[in-house]
Amino acid sequence: MVTAAFFYLFSGIAIASAFMVIAAKNPVHSVLFLILAFVNAAGLFLLIGAEFLAMLLIVVYVGAVSVLFLFVVMMLDVDFAALRQGFLQYLPVGAVIGVIFLVELLLILGTWSIDPNLVRTPAVGIPTQAVMTNTEALGVVIYTRYAFLFQIAGLILLVAMIGAIVLTLRERTGVRRQNIAAQTLRTTATAIEVRKVPSREGV
Amino acid sequence: MNSIVADYLPLAIFLGVALFIGAALMIAPFLVAYRRPDNEKLSAYECGFNAFDDARMKFDVKFYLVAILFIIFDLEVAFLFPWALVFGDLGWFGFWSMMLFLGVLTVGFVYEWKKGALEWD
Repeated sequence: MVTAAFFYLFSGIAIASAFMVIAAKNPVHSVLFLILAFVNAAGLFLLIGAEFLAMLLIVVYVGAVSVLFLFVVMMLDVDFAALRQGFLQYLPVGAVIGVIFLVELLLILGTWSIDPNLVRTPAVGIPTQAVMTNTEALGVVIYTRYAFLFQIAGLILLVAMIGAIVLTLRERTGVRRQNIAAQTLRTTATAIEVRKVPSREGV
Repeated sequence: MNSIVADYLPLAIFLGVALFIGAALMIAPFLVAYRRPDNEKLSAYECGFNAFDDARMKFDVKFYLVAILFIIFDLEVAFLFPWALVFGDLGWFGFWSMMLFLGVLTVGFVYEWKKGALEWD
């Protein structure tokens, strides 16, 4: 009963905020609604017992990905007047693509069915909370049974890291950096020079 | 009501109370506060002088790089949590599996360090 109430609360807010993501005029507001949708999705994950995923959604998506989205929105430098200018020009193309997408969605929704073999695929079900926590249940299988997928995840992260550096890192010339080693290695002998200055003539 | 939901009920109550207090503090000024706006009060505050231009401006792509690198290491740490919980039962295969994962990301970390992506200039 309480679970059902929370389910309707979370899913209702999630759907409403997901709608607002595409309906909001201000892109920054869109991102904020997206964060609200993420939080509610985390609540839905909690309700089905996926505790670790719920927390991960909050930490990674709400904490980091949404910040990245905000950066992108800020970086796009959206000019609203320029955005509205080509509206009529792009309307036919946009409408055609929209209709194609709608037909595809309807076809999928109208004809989908679950492969009966798929239901039997999970060899081990999710252990209940009394046996082990959800995070432990994940840990037992990720690093041994799904070790290859785990390593692929690591490689994907590596590619993302290198890709981000290659794409966005710009070498700046003429920047004077602090070299702490050189700074502390200076001695009186290298740093100070004593000169005889003739009187009334200067150096 | 399953046990996880029961565990998190205090959190839901806490969120409800926080939401109520936040909403009350935001709505109360509209009802009770003394309001007499003028042009100067409503203008954007920028250290005493008039705002130069729009708040929405282009900024350096380096902030974006820092955010991406943060997400990657965030995910790396996220993978460590379940590993640490079941560390005792995993055995050597699980241990080296994680070491390989960390090693792969350390390659990226060394690359990033040597490239100077962590420098701020």
